[in-house]
Amino acid sequence: MVDDIICHRIIRTARFKQLVGKRKAFSLLLSAILIVFYFGLILLIAFAPDWLGTPLNEETSVTRGIPIGIGIIVISFLLCAIYVWRANGEFEQMIKQLLSEVKG
Amino acid sequence: MKAHSLVLTIFMLFPLTVLASDRVTHVTPPQTINYEAIIIFLLFVTATLGITYWAAKRTRTRRDYYTAGGNITGLQNGVAMAGDYISAATFLGITALIYTSGYDGLIYSLGFLVGWPITLFFVAEKLRNLGRYTFADVVSYRLQQKPIRILSACGSLITIVLYLIAQMVGAGKLIQLLFGFNYAIAVGLVGILIVMYVLFGGMLATTWVQIVKAVLLLFGTSFMAIMIMKTVGFSFNNLFTEAIAVHPLNQKIMHPGGLIHDPVSALSLGLALMFGTAGLPHVLMRFFTVNDAREARKSVLWATGLLGYFYFLTFIIGFGAIVLVSTNPDFKEASGALIGGSNIAALHLANALGGSLFLGFISAVTFATILAVVAGLTLAGAAAVSHDLYANALCNGNATEHQELKVSKITVIILGIVAILLGIMFENQNIAFMVGLAFATAASCNFPIILLSMYWSKLTTRGALMGGWSGLLTAVILMILSPTIWVVVLGHPQPIYPYEYPALFSMLAAFSFSWLFSITDHSAQGAAERQRFEMQFVRSQTGISIEKNSKVH
Repeated sequence: MVDDIICHRIIRTARFKQLVGKRKAFSLLLSAILIVFYFGLILLIAFAPDWLGTPLNEETSVTRGIPIGIGIIVISFLLCAIYVWRANGEFEQMIKQLLSEVKG
Repeated sequence: MKAHSLVLTIFMLFPLTVLASDRVTHVTPPQTINYEAIIIFLLFVTATLGITYWAAKRTRTRRDYYTAGGNITGLQNGVAMAGDYISAATFLGITALIYTSGYDGLIYSLGFLVGWPITLFFVAEKLRNLGRYTFADVVSYRLQQKPIRILSACGSLITIVLYLIAQMVGAGKLIQLLFGFNYAIAVGLVGILIVMYVLFGGMLATTWVQIVKAVLLLFGTSFMAIMIMKTVGFSFNNLFTEAIAVHPLNQKIMHPGGLIHDPVSALSLGLALMFGTAGLPHVLMRFFTVNDAREARKSVLWATGLLGYFYFLTFIIGFGAIVLVSTNPDFKEASGALIGGSNIAALHLANALGGSLFLGFISAVTFATILAVVAGLTLAGAAAVSHDLYANALCNGNATEHQELKVSKITVIILGIVAILLGIMFENQNIAFMVGLAFATAASCNFPIILLSMYWSKLTTRGALMGGWSGLLTAVILMILSPTIWVVVLGHPQPIYPYEYPALFSMLAAFSFSWLFSITDHSAQGAAERQRFEMQFVRSQTGISIEKNSKVH
């Protein structure tokens, strides 16, 4: 039950509130970016398929939809990478400090 | 007819459905036996049974069995997740979809990919911090064990069985085509191999089977994509120009086609794909195989990278198939249709690129793919029965580790037999709706209760039960009333529910009922559950008192 006491201490610290707030804002921001892009594409597919099917320029067969589609693959990966980078770095560091504070 | 074929096209992603639909009623009888494929496949089976033997010696405790002792690294788990997630259906189905309708195939791949970042941002690390073996551990953390475990286990088992049927039928059909085996023998073979892996090797064997499969599949598809790009001088412009020139739809293959035709269906499909992944029990279970939240996050990063790369490759492979397969009379029947149906496009392409040896390799890898996915599903199903239903709901958490393991192993054998029987029973059924339902169930029952239990302090047992069951039932009922089943399968003239996908409404039902029945819950028990949220929240955020392997062993 030592853990329960620690938990009670943690929740009252400013650092914990800061961690939760930061992480929440960060997760929501990244998901919002993903949702805007993905549902943006879905809406384009539903309402403007011809726009997506227009070639990028006169000399190519590559249509607008191709870089947008591949772009969403790349964005998904990048968003994951950014999240893992910050969560495994900054946030884990905050948790470590937090635990040493309340245990000490 | 247009709408009808649309429905079929939509589900092309899952080739079994195509195989079962009128699109390929002219499937050719078993082809000549492909010896290369059989030899390569036997090598794979020998290697995986070797892995199973090795894993069996290291699998003693319950924790070893469900989570490989929590000793899997982030990288290994990421590769295994990719192996767990890419079914043969995805590989052959997306290639087939691009082969027949071009750009639309990419839309599907994207849907499957965007679920992963969402899983990472909201579920992965909290799940790892709170749970041990199944996601029900997390949902029932501060709620009543019995009813919540039963709900979670039902949500899991329904998802798993639907997915399993789809894989088994797909496996049977594919093996029949690839190796020339009889359908029932093929299905039986899959069932027996799976039971061997999971029964003896548990999560450790399952993980390594998935890793080996993912590596082989990525290697094979990379080779295909490079060879395709070589034939078109490494220019996407040439690839698309040639595809447009030979495809009967011409320029239209570069357009989004008829896959999504109204905003409600589009939104509903998008929601099911995006949030379904975060509710798939066999995917969620993989998070417990790593040591802590850091490794859980890394696993998702690796998985997303590999899946993104894989979907990118299938895009090249699909267009490559248009250029190289559709123009080759060797791969066509007299009628002009592709031998074996469009699902086999990727395999014909392997033949065109690397001859019969490479065809054998890709065929064997495709079969291996099915084995890896079904193994993951079976283990997740066994855990839902033994850990949630038996040990916690039936025995109130008083079952010994030995008893729980025994129930788990019996369940594996039963699931194997059930899978074989269902595979045989559903051989000629249109089972499209089952895979759709699997994702819809995951997004409408499992995902909402996981999310709310982790983040919403006011959730009570009553709210979670009402929300979870209503999401599950709404998804199932709307799916039955939708055009796919009500009209195409049951033969009624008009669908009662006009859209293809239930997720928009079923997710809405799950969330709103959870909310309504939680805030109106004034019981003492509900108040106690809300009070326990704080402790749970701190643990989910910090990973304090997480069960780590170093201290346990």
